[in-house]
Amino acid sequence: MTLALLSMDGTGVPFIVIGLWILFLAIFTGFELITKVPPTLHTPLMSGANAISGITIVGAVACVGVGFPVLGKIFGFIAIVMATVNVVGGFVVTDRMLGMFGKRGSK
Amino acid sequence: MSFFAPALAQATTIAETSELLYMGSALLFILGIKRLSKVKTARSGNWLASLGMLVALATTLTIVWGEVGIAILLAGLVVGTAVGLYLAVRVPLTAMPELVAFFNGMGGAASMFVALSQISYFGSELEDGTATMAEGIPTDALMGGSHFAIAIVVSILIGGITLSGSLVAYGKLTGKVKGSRLGPIGGQVVNAFLALFALFLCWYGGFVAETPGMILAVQLTLTLVALVLGLGLVLPIGGADMPVVISLLNSYSGLAACATGFVLQNNLLIVAGSLVGAAGLILTNIMCKAMNRSLVNVIFAKFGEEAEKGDDGYTGVKQTSAEEVAMLLESARSLIVVPGYGLAVAQAQHKVRELCNLMQERGCEVRYGIHPVAGRMPGHMNVLLAEADVPYEQLFELDRINGDFKNTDVVIVVGANDVCNPVANTDPQSPIAGMPVLNVWDAQTCVVIKRSLSPGYAGIKNPLFEADNTLMFFGDAKKALEDLVTETKEL
Repeated sequence: MTLALLSMDGTGVPFIVIGLWILFLAIFTGFELITKVPPTLHTPLMSGANAISGITIVGAVACVGVGFPVLGKIFGFIAIVMATVNVVGGFVVTDRMLGMFGKRGSK
Repeated sequence: MSFFAPALAQATTIAETSELLYMGSALLFILGIKRLSKVKTARSGNWLASLGMLVALATTLTIVWGEVGIAILLAGLVVGTAVGLYLAVRVPLTAMPELVAFFNGMGGAASMFVALSQISYFGSELEDGTATMAEGIPTDALMGGSHFAIAIVVSILIGGITLSGSLVAYGKLTGKVKGSRLGPIGGQVVNAFLALFALFLCWYGGFVAETPGMILAVQLTLTLVALVLGLGLVLPIGGADMPVVISLLNSYSGLAACATGFVLQNNLLIVAGSLVGAAGLILTNIMCKAMNRSLVNVIFAKFGEEAEKGDDGYTGVKQTSAEEVAMLLESARSLIVVPGYGLAVAQAQHKVRELCNLMQERGCEVRYGIHPVAGRMPGHMNVLLAEADVPYEQLFELDRINGDFKNTDVVIVVGANDVCNPVANTDPQSPIAGMPVLNVWDAQTCVVIKRSLSPGYAGIKNPLFEADNTLMFFGDAKKALEDLVTETKEL
């Protein structure tokens, strides 16, 4: 019973196992990607990474599903607004900061 | 993608296509972060990452279209875009640290609300009698596995801490939040109690509570406790440590998204969330190293929040004027500017640049000494000086410039304090002992532009101000530099 609940699509490999594989590989990738960052880029990198963490928007848009109760939809709506603020604001402000660095190159 | 399964039951190809598109956007995120860590490619990296986000969102919208309330969905996207754009475009660059903190809080909160929404969804399914088991069952069995229960409570816990913690950081950076306590909130004992209570609620809400109403009630209580815990954890941390706190919270918001990925069985959320989590941890580590302190020390040591000790205890301070400094600069062959938070507050970056241009025209060698934790955000000074068009080649990191101060005629310290306090090297009992500092006192003359003799965020006296070769130029950094530029032009 428990095993059946754990399996996701009949392949026999529960999502949690695949998920953990992905998690560990992604964390390792994250560490390897940015071991050395010049201080100039600390702020843009943080701000850009912050915008990426707004990926939760993908989950948020599914939370206003037709079958959701009112409370769930309210939470879903708040989640969509906040995640969108995070994503749009994050990427735009990062670009604005990096634009400052770019000006110099053109001179 | 079992969550979207109803929509996809008859359309496996759509499911496969969307999985491939998600993979594509994960790759774009990885490439984006990679490019963000190099100056030349950074801007394109940001574009790649935002393209990845667009692909992910478009893919998801295709999947859920028809299954969700379109009006409410679009309304959310429009409101979020408007607010995000407005803030990102209108907020001055000097206010970047608090803006990043705010966006970060939004991301964490979104993950928290997604988890809460999921809880209420599964609860209602049971109430309608559509779930297979009519009897009361705990969250883990309800959602099909203990990992769901864990993922849900972790999303709420980390998301809540990220939200309130980021808002406190925002408040501290804007000066709206002062002090380290809010009634009993902020004390270590209270924090420990809250943390234990939160863990208990995680366990109870995930594995014990059985009726939908009970589950929801416990998760909402957990939300509240997480929010208060976030307050309690960040309130006691001093303003000088905000760069560390912001990076750490940034990492948390990634971890919250990652946990949400486990709730929704979505690989992309797991990949993106853990990338951000890892990146945030690395930045946090870089910040801690720059202050020669451990992360534990930053979080738990109440570091100099009681800063208002006044300006007593200074003897032999030499005050100076714009005219005197201008004369000093006239004969200087080399100049190093050391900017600090005061520069950001006064928005004096353009004036600094103007002065330095004048000096360069006269053949003086101009450089900037940048301390890794100067300002309130990692790399804060670099962003400000870039805005003022200061050439990148003139910015020098601590290690590269510290040996050069002794061959320098004039150092101008603009609104910096703790990052050039000799006590760090001389007094092992000092709270900043061992922190690498800029040895500005080695220069022939050191001019300190500062509003008063009040201590910096570390709350300690700075003997630099009473050194024989130090001249104190009191005033707002922008005004002081303006006068200095005028005087220099007249000479």
